[in-house]
Amino acid sequence: MRLKSPDELEQVRTQILAERKAREGEKRIILCTGTGCRGAGALEVLEAFEKVLGPKSVIEFKSTCCHGFCERGPITIIEPLGIFYQRVTPERVPQIIAETVKKGQVIEDLLYQDPETGQAIPAEKDIPFYKKQQRLVFGHNRYIDPTRIEDYLAVGGYKALIKALFHMSPDEIIEEVKRSGLRGRGGGGFPAGRKWESCRRAHGDIKYVICNCDEGDPGAYMDRSLMEGNPHSVLEGMIIGAYAIGAREGYVYVRNEYPLAVENVGIAIEQAQKMGLLGKNILGSGFDLTLVINKGGGAFVAGESSALMASIEGYVAEPRAKHIHMVESGLWERPTNLNNVETWANVPVIIEKGAAWYSSIGTQGSKGTKIFSLVGKINNTGLIEVPMGMTLREIVYDIGGGIPGGKRCKAVQTGGPSGGCIPESLFDLPVDFDELTKAGSMMGSGGMIVMDESTCMVDIAKYFTHFLKDESCGKCTSCRDGTLRMYEVLDAITKGKGKEGDIEFLQELGWVTSEASLCALGGSAPNPVLSTIRYFRDEYEAHIRAKRCPAGVCTALLTYTIDPEACIACGKCKKECPTEAITGEKKVPHEIDQAKCIKCGTCREVCPVDAVKVA
Amino acid sequence: MSEKELVRFHIDGLEVEAAKGQMLLPVALEYGVEIPHLCYHEAVSSYGACRLCLVEVTKGGRTRMTTSCNYPVEAGIEVAVSTENVQRARRMILELLLARAPHSEKIRTMAQEAGVEEARFRVLDVDDCILCGLCERVCREVVKANAITFVNRGDRREVAPPFGDPLACIACGACVYVCPTDCIKMEERGDERTIVRWKRTLKMQPCQSCGKPFAPLFQLNWIIDRAHLPKDFYALCPVCRKTKKG
Repeated sequence: MRLKSPDELEQVRTQILAERKAREGEKRIILCTGTGCRGAGALEVLEAFEKVLGPKSVIEFKSTCCHGFCERGPITIIEPLGIFYQRVTPERVPQIIAETVKKGQVIEDLLYQDPETGQAIPAEKDIPFYKKQQRLVFGHNRYIDPTRIEDYLAVGGYKALIKALFHMSPDEIIEEVKRSGLRGRGGGGFPAGRKWESCRRAHGDIKYVICNCDEGDPGAYMDRSLMEGNPHSVLEGMIIGAYAIGAREGYVYVRNEYPLAVENVGIAIEQAQKMGLLGKNILGSGFDLTLVINKGGGAFVAGESSALMASIEGYVAEPRAKHIHMVESGLWERPTNLNNVETWANVPVIIEKGAAWYSSIGTQGSKGTKIFSLVGKINNTGLIEVPMGMTLREIVYDIGGGIPGGKRCKAVQTGGPSGGCIPESLFDLPVDFDELTKAGSMMGSGGMIVMDESTCMVDIAKYFTHFLKDESCGKCTSCRDGTLRMYEVLDAITKGKGKEGDIEFLQELGWVTSEASLCALGGSAPNPVLSTIRYFRDEYEAHIRAKRCPAGVCTALLTYTIDPEACIACGKCKKECPTEAITGEKKVPHEIDQAKCIKCGTCREVCPVDAVKVA
Repeated sequence: MSEKELVRFHIDGLEVEAAKGQMLLPVALEYGVEIPHLCYHEAVSSYGACRLCLVEVTKGGRTRMTTSCNYPVEAGIEVAVSTENVQRARRMILELLLARAPHSEKIRTMAQEAGVEEARFRVLDVDDCILCGLCERVCREVVKANAITFVNRGDRREVAPPFGDPLACIACGACVYVCPTDCIKMEERGDERTIVRWKRTLKMQPCQSCGKPFAPLFQLNWIIDRAHLPKDFYALCPVCRKTKKG
């Protein structure tokens, strides 16, 4: 049914809400089948629910995408009680239906337990992971089956579009976005309203809008989860943006490695077209917009805006100089406005609630909320949305639940592979665009990788530099060979071949890589190296001078010895050693021949009395 | 943007004039200002790969380092071609290039001039190719044979015929001519011409007058085909054609 006016859309919404109101008190089952929960077996749980409920079931069942608390997946919520079940398996499904859905009884052992008090927490809203979050953009995911546009309408979807198309002029919309202080969420942090304004002012009758969903940062998946879980919010933002800018065509550039995101946004575009929210004469406003999905070519660098446009044009994703901005000459040399998934999804919120309200959240220079993916050595792995300006300490300890195994937190790497590592001593730093840059890191797309005392900072710098030397497009000498050579120096240091002057050499290479390269990949590539030198120079020095890895990670620098006092001469290590490096007779403490030892650690693993020491 | 609009600006204090939007490097060269460069050639589009032609541009009170080969000029900009930062970056870039092309006379000379005696890096086994892409651009933009292309990314990047098969190469030698490090070699033996780097060997056409093989038959037919020339257009070698025409 193609809707021809805002009133018709509101009638549809009223009808949906009335139907839902009538069933308000009834039990409903919500299962997360986002990619994270799928990895933990959510599709098997889904199958079990469908089987147990049967085709004639009157119990409402909803399959959504990511809620954020991926660590505890598959997640099931029973409404209206709001009971939160974690790590649900197919075997528990009949019990959930019989006890909780039918009788309202809570199954204790499926609940989340507060790791400090050990107390079981029945309601989702009381779980510490969720408590401190402010989910403006991501919060709707749990109410939405992304394949049903009705669910998006039920949470107020496309209201902002009506407001924009029928009650605001393009200039007013741009002004609103400018006043909101929204900055690009993909990494650059450029003020979105200013970008829109430049694109609107640019000459040309054909203009484009593009959504960048080429999320390539290892460990970051907020764009994926938004696109999979609430694609209509992204589309709504794009339609409003296109109207403001004067674009009638647009592209959604999604990684091909995100099949569910590709599928769900495809369904969403089709539904929006059928309802008259996309295509010709949207809701009778006279405004037309066609959106096309473009599947990514698989390179990390394709997320760079000019490289992404080259990829849409059918060329290899390679950045070009932006002395003439993309808003003036972008895709096919036409004015093009590209924003990231999360940026677009913020737009309906701003239009609906107003710039004044939106800009009351956040810090001086960074407004609104930001979604981060909290991963690494942390108890509560998952996606979080918090107001800009929250401290790293709150994020790591209050929301993230601290470090597993009682270990000490060492650093957080923010901003993806080319972000920097921020030490624990700076955890009171409020997280926003400017503060992170000042600390030698960046916001990037919002990846946060937590590291504990067992992480070697030289090794971590080497790991990210390896990624970047692989993923540089290879055009600029300074980026391609700069990252390669930084990697080689780091590799030598971790293998005990570091020498005096290496640190300064790395700094010089880093400076050139950053200053002389064309795009932001090269510009930020030295961050992992430079930030770890800045905050953990002593670790570099220990590797170079003492040939020692303080965290005990760099294999080549480890020495395995057997404590003669502790050794019971059982012969286990001697038997298992693959290089026959261990000597010793019965009742005589064993010894390791360092010349033969390959530092595989087998002796340490098999020793029944922990007599093998490593340093 | 009007092509004829002229703008004035300064390079190291010297007032210059150029068409708006023209790239900075050729303007500087035209005015006799030397800026080292390797991946720029007037016959093809600017690319900005080697990063040697760095300069510092001040615009609206902000100064930043940028390559000049792909910087479109504007009125009022101040260009400084040899600042401390530029020299510092250029030295490291030359050191990086030297470890790719240690046999190249040109690179060695440029490095020496910048004060770089030797590279502190392991020499890469890439047969002196610095990935400037001139060969790829001349083949695509001028010859229009599209016989070679960039393959892979990062430190695995190389220029190669697509899928390793030099089927489209007409062995014209344009890539040999533009290569700044002489890493693309051409050999002629008897009636065969080989472009060594692309492993392309083609039979050459003998001149109907003097009998000397003078160009690959495949290349001549390729040109005749595209330019709609008479079939016997290339019956004579360039030398005989000249003498015949008198």
